[in-house]
Amino acid sequence: MKFGVVVFPGSNCDMDMVYVLENILKKEVVKLWHKDTDLKECDFIILPGGFSFGDYLRSGAIAKFSPIMKEIMGFANAGGFVMGICNGFQILCETGLLPGALLHNTNHKFICKNVHLKTISENTILTNMIGQKALKIPIAHGEGRYFANEEIIRDLENNDQILFKYCNENAEVTKDSNPNGSIKNIAGICNKDRNVFGMMPHPERASDIELKNTNGRKLFESILSKVIA
Amino acid sequence: MSSQATLTLATQEQAQEMGLLPEEFDKIKEILGRTPNFCELSVFGVMWSEHCSYKNSINWLKTLPKTGPHMLVEAGEENAGLVDIGNGLACCFKIESHNHPSALEPYQGAATGVGGINRDIFTMGARPVAQLNSLRFGNIKLDRTKWLVKGVVKGIGDYGNAFGIPIVGGEVFFDDCYNTNPLVNAFSAGIMKKGEMISATSSGVGNPVFIVGSRTGKDGIHGASFASKDITEDSAEDLPAVQVGDPFQEKLLLEATLELGKTDAVVGMQDMGAAGITCSSNEMSAAGEHGMIIHLDKVPTRQKDMKDWEILLSESQERMLVVVEKGKEDIVNAIFDKWDLSCEQIGEVTAGDRVKYYMHDQLVGDVPCADLVLGGGAPVYEREYSEPAYYQEFKKFDIESIKQPTDLVEVAKFLTAHQNIASKRWVYEQYDSMVGTVNMSTNYPTDAGIVNLKGTDKALAMTVDCNARMVNADPEEGCAMAVAEAARNIVCSGGVPSAITNCLNFGNPYNPEVYWQFVGAIKGMTKACKKFNTPVTGGNVSFYNQSAVEGREVPVFPTPTIGMLGIVEDKKHITSLAFKGKSDLIYLLGKCENDISSSEYLASFHGIKESPAPNFDLDVEYELQKTITKLIRAEVLESAHDISDGGLFITLLESAMYNNLGFDITSCSEIREDAFLFGEAPSRIIISVQETKEDVFLDILKTANMPFALMGHVTRGDIRIDDKSFGDITEYKKIYDNALALKLK
Repeated sequence: MKFGVVVFPGSNCDMDMVYVLENILKKEVVKLWHKDTDLKECDFIILPGGFSFGDYLRSGAIAKFSPIMKEIMGFANAGGFVMGICNGFQILCETGLLPGALLHNTNHKFICKNVHLKTISENTILTNMIGQKALKIPIAHGEGRYFANEEIIRDLENNDQILFKYCNENAEVTKDSNPNGSIKNIAGICNKDRNVFGMMPHPERASDIELKNTNGRKLFESILSKVIA
Repeated sequence: MSSQATLTLATQEQAQEMGLLPEEFDKIKEILGRTPNFCELSVFGVMWSEHCSYKNSINWLKTLPKTGPHMLVEAGEENAGLVDIGNGLACCFKIESHNHPSALEPYQGAATGVGGINRDIFTMGARPVAQLNSLRFGNIKLDRTKWLVKGVVKGIGDYGNAFGIPIVGGEVFFDDCYNTNPLVNAFSAGIMKKGEMISATSSGVGNPVFIVGSRTGKDGIHGASFASKDITEDSAEDLPAVQVGDPFQEKLLLEATLELGKTDAVVGMQDMGAAGITCSSNEMSAAGEHGMIIHLDKVPTRQKDMKDWEILLSESQERMLVVVEKGKEDIVNAIFDKWDLSCEQIGEVTAGDRVKYYMHDQLVGDVPCADLVLGGGAPVYEREYSEPAYYQEFKKFDIESIKQPTDLVEVAKFLTAHQNIASKRWVYEQYDSMVGTVNMSTNYPTDAGIVNLKGTDKALAMTVDCNARMVNADPEEGCAMAVAEAARNIVCSGGVPSAITNCLNFGNPYNPEVYWQFVGAIKGMTKACKKFNTPVTGGNVSFYNQSAVEGREVPVFPTPTIGMLGIVEDKKHITSLAFKGKSDLIYLLGKCENDISSSEYLASFHGIKESPAPNFDLDVEYELQKTITKLIRAEVLESAHDISDGGLFITLLESAMYNNLGFDITSCSEIREDAFLFGEAPSRIIISVQETKEDVFLDILKTANMPFALMGHVTRGDIRIDDKSFGDITEYKKIYDNALALKLK
């Protein structure tokens, strides 16, 4: 499986993602420059975290007009795998590939810390290997409060599109464990066709044994196991 | 046509307004052989400001040790010092203040401080890998303090988070002396391949000179002069002297600069900090012993019709001056085009030593670069100094004048909740501490921030330290203790101290008592740095951190912040400050001292601000650090944490909290219990060791010439001292975690 990591000028988690895929998981990975129009035959596209174009207007609002995004939308609509993390999730919501929006955290502050995630749907290439134990994975965002109207939320629930919810270390989804005010503690979702994924927490920051937390690696291992199987 | 100002000869009054002394104005006339015009005077005004020239500090700074076996670039040679860290890599690091701008406009002041220090690092061709910061504010109950804290922290966060370099450590301290003058010191460290450094120099007659990055605006004009005077009621009028930051531009500039550094097109490069084009053009020319012509009208500007001197002095952020090898202009243009940054050729290198500024082909300024810069013709002064009366007064303090409180649990909880001791998570959770996936302290807390060098066995250790209350009580010993504490933090984490950078925050150097503090601090730093073999690689001096209170000038505590770099030779030696398991033994390495001088306990619980610094002996400290290193390398320690703010009790608490453990200890019978628990005597470390390793541990200690004592053991969560219950770890943790947020509400 060949991974492509999109690089916007203000991306700052692109190299972290490449490091995990290339040096830790030993997979083929290429960077895709935002001005490019070629996906270089990648099987799985990742939009990494950062501040794509400074994000002074609204996170991801300008990135969606990038040449590469046009290609990615075509790729996703044809069933290709696309995953957005943090700023990447915001961009996917801006483009409409994923429903809903990411608003300012309720405390109006940037928050960077470890949080816990409960896996809600195991029925995706990203989550099939995780199990029900809470994952410790960090967040780092100012605009991470997931919001969507009731109808969308109902759809997400009915179609099993909610991937992760914020929880405590015992995997209980509680009000106190919601770091940013996301509706229903939602931390990550997928589209109806289950090939486009978005999440605010950073699994690539929890994948290196040298940092003493590899909970995030399970997501990537899920992807790989499914493909090989 | 040029502006009216440049046609007019400058006056003595204008010189004075720019902060120049009458004799300095005379010296300028002598150098030029004529009276300068306004534009030229402006150039001298900023270059000879305290901020750029170090005229009142350089004589003493030169006495600091700056050579060491690993130094690739020594202090003063480039924008930052450069240290060989092995594996073909070099690390450059530096700390700088942005105090004055932050006092007026905390958000932008702090943000541009972060931008400036990072540019110092990547202009040398290094990619920044980690940041730290050292912040000081006034009384936390004041609305102004809350406003400053919120603004500064948001400014650092918004800029650093978007720029994408993790913050791996820092310190925050509150005291009334910082009510008007907060201190904002930002540290950054970067990595490059050895031998790939870009120099801040200019040479090769005919080589083109480029300005790259953001467009030039009217922000920050006379910022360097502004930073060279006291904060007064009129300072609000200096607001245009505060720059405005754009981290997105900085991120683009970083990537473009590093890409440019990989080509062979660059002769030299310098970022634009204080005094903008003026400073970079003159410093680069002086370093390369060449002249330069600059066409100011070719500089891309934000506003229309900017005056020549405005363009020269603008401190607009995110800009670089680059001297390019002739014929390689296309390489530069292509890279900056890729990153959508402006890139304009504005001049060329000439023979001789004159830097000439043109506006629409008219010469508006003609100055000899060597005469403008530090180490060249910039003024150098010897300042008088005298010992203030308080120094001897403080020494009269007698511990027996303080009655020991009957309820020490109350004291313990008071200190746990104190803003100088409680968790700073309200602050650091607003910073991205994990981007870059190198922060090894996130899930394994350590005394110093540990930064992974991926693909090697090594890691870097970094810390910023200064107990300003102790420096105030005794500048020489206090500053030596600040260096020692930084080294202790690195050693406890498993590293070896390598070199330091300093940020010297003081009051007005023309006040002999302030200057006495400055001289004392330099002396203390010198002896400590020699002892630990940690040369000073550079940094900055920030004078004039004082304000008028009821007609009297009141300086901040002398605050020589020490930023230290250390190297962890083998990652398996990284040692956490956190206790690991119940029933592990707790030892104190170092002596129990009957000393509460200058402690947070004495200053805040008892309200006694007049006491000396605790006793300090460099040789004892050195022996302690050598021993800890030996123990760590023998792999017998479960944890190591140095005793500092709040004393032994707070140190134990911090070690216990991470894994929700407690401790049961016995105090030293020879000394007062309050001194035992809350005294802040230096040169002490709390370690924990598994019972099965105690024999090996003791064998190593026996070969060391130092006192130690068994304190007790780690518990499941109970805190007991001399068989008296002090409560449970969870209640302390709740206080510790939430106190700062509550106080800032």
